[in-house]
Amino acid sequence: MAKSIPSARPNIPSARPNQLFRNLNSKIASIPMIFVALVIFLGGSVWTVVYSFTNSRLLPRLSFVGLDQYERLWASSRWIISIQNLAIYGVLSLIFSMVIGFVLAALMDQKIRFENVFRTIFLYPFALSFIVTGLVWQWLLNPEYGVQHIVRGFGWEGFVFNPLYDADLVIYGILIAGLWQGTGLVMCLMLAGLRGIDEDIWKAARVDGIPMWRTYLFIVIPMMRPVFITTLVIIGSGIVKLYDLVVAQTSGGPGNASEVPAKYVYDYMFQAQNLGQGFAASTMMLLTVAIIIVPWAYLEFGGRKRV
Amino acid sequence: MNIRAVAAILAATVAMPYAAAQATDLEVTHWWTSGGEAAAVKELAKAFNATGNKWVDGAIAGSGSTARPIMISRITGGDPMGATQFNHGRQAEELVQSGLMRDLTAVAEKGKWKDVIKPASLLASCTYEGKIYCAPINIHSWQWLWLSNAAFQKAGVPVPKDWNEFVAAGPKLREAGIQPLALGGQAFQANNLFDVLLISIGGKELFEKVYKDKDEEAAAGPEMAKIFAAAVQARELAKGNNVQDWNQATNLVITGKAGGQIMGDWAQGEFQQAGQTAGKDYSCLPGLGLNEVLTTGGDAIYFPLIKDEAKSKAQEALAETIVDPKVQVAFNLKKGSVPIRSDIDMSAANDCMKKGIEIIAKGGTATSVDQMLSADSMKQKEDLMSEFFAKASITPEQAQERFAEIIASAD
Repeated sequence: MAKSIPSARPNIPSARPNQLFRNLNSKIASIPMIFVALVIFLGGSVWTVVYSFTNSRLLPRLSFVGLDQYERLWASSRWIISIQNLAIYGVLSLIFSMVIGFVLAALMDQKIRFENVFRTIFLYPFALSFIVTGLVWQWLLNPEYGVQHIVRGFGWEGFVFNPLYDADLVIYGILIAGLWQGTGLVMCLMLAGLRGIDEDIWKAARVDGIPMWRTYLFIVIPMMRPVFITTLVIIGSGIVKLYDLVVAQTSGGPGNASEVPAKYVYDYMFQAQNLGQGFAASTMMLLTVAIIIVPWAYLEFGGRKRV
Repeated sequence: MNIRAVAAILAATVAMPYAAAQATDLEVTHWWTSGGEAAAVKELAKAFNATGNKWVDGAIAGSGSTARPIMISRITGGDPMGATQFNHGRQAEELVQSGLMRDLTAVAEKGKWKDVIKPASLLASCTYEGKIYCAPINIHSWQWLWLSNAAFQKAGVPVPKDWNEFVAAGPKLREAGIQPLALGGQAFQANNLFDVLLISIGGKELFEKVYKDKDEEAAAGPEMAKIFAAAVQARELAKGNNVQDWNQATNLVITGKAGGQIMGDWAQGEFQQAGQTAGKDYSCLPGLGLNEVLTTGGDAIYFPLIKDEAKSKAQEALAETIVDPKVQVAFNLKKGSVPIRSDIDMSAANDCMKKGIEIIAKGGTATSVDQMLSADSMKQKEDLMSEFFAKASITPEQAQERFAEIIASAD
């Protein structure tokens, strides 16, 4: 694409200057971004990884203790519970928000009346912060004020629904709140993707007598691949950094049944005043993300050149 | 006009506003936000404003574990407040070691803190390398069982005299539809409940062996096993709790929905705010009625090092105000805590507070866990206890094994 630009601007001299100074304006403009990426993102990550091998407590200090922090981390039952919770939450929230989001978008795409109204209603939860979402659902799921109380009020006295106070179910209670908040956005992304599909494809499919669900499944969805990838990245990053929702809804309880890795990092860095342990945990989070992202990025971007 | 004169004039214009306006703003951060606590802070602020300075309130809602990270990151991040609350103990240890806190030795010597502050362990935890870095403001103890007289009346059992009677009354309370033991979901509550059981049932000696000497064998031994057995009983009694904050749990006791709660003496402020009288509406059992030893934890005010001359003056004024006898009486009556000096008149205190003051005066004191364990070890213990109290599937043996591991690696 870049090669076509000079032809659009005939005044540029044909003798090419040094490669380094080509397109100088845009290079200068991107210096702050490059600086931020290198110093803050890369530099910060490297700093964290280095200090995760030290025994820093409240303040960082460079006295190395090898893998001690990691040994302690993986021996801690709270960390194991955190990882399990994140896995359950991650897989389910990925599947459900994709499926629900797509189905809602497909329903919206049927040229229904009041589409704007519905779109606004479904997207509204996304305008709330996780803290507010968490508090609202803490009340809704509280057995004394919320759903259980209302159903019992209808006369079903034995009805029990208190996921937030049951150690085995609590992570699903958090999942419900997460889905409520996030599916609206997924729906909008999917709807935008559906609107981007050429009307002629639908007409052609109809002429060929292909049922609507097959058209969606085998023609439309494969064509929406870029939208799905964008959605995946957005949901995925939301999953890894899951923190505020848990804090607002259960603060990790009952006991530590709903702990998540990000909360472990925060608690050990600031409450336990043990930076080394917090850094070790955050390095493990970074590693997990890298293990998922790197092969995917390789397939996604490395593969395109061969096509 | 030479440069020196210009500089002098400039300096004068800068210095003038400070000299003219004597009231220096001093921001004080703390986590005293419940009803009784806020009333106590008002007393302190009033006394500080009377010295010609201005108290800027920096209350941080939530418990200490929410507030402390904010305070610490402000101090380490180069945006220190004028003064800040911490608990007695080691929470600010590294801040002091790295020279971020102000040395108060001069103020302390002037006010003869060494002679008036009792017990001496309070000033000892403010001291680092012979210098004093904080002003103790009150003494709080954890070892209190608060009981709702109305709840026991409804269940048809006499109000218990000690923990054993309370455990025995548990089934009767359940039958009457009352939650026997109120326990909020915040992790520190389960953690401290356990420590109360340890010192009140196991005695001061075992308590100190485990936390002060970090004796791994004692932590894994048969004496400790008894404490874990008691903790299982407490877990049974606390089953069915749906509240988070400690004051919500206290409220269950105040309204008679729960039989009792193990909570520090700050719970008393809540009973007072609700207009209840000790002995009539509620009862208190220090040391769970078994072992009258109170840990002398509590709060102290630390002063970050600030370059500003006027602010430093205001810090000194605040430090003096805190230890002042009149302020001690006013603050601690509202807060429900025991004053840090024994040479003042606390006859206005209610029955429960008087019991506490008496026990401390008799020497029934122990160092608090905060003063003996680092924040890191405390957090590990907290993780274990909150899991143990929430999950009935963890056996006392498993919990004790993990407890012994934490003690073995504690510092």
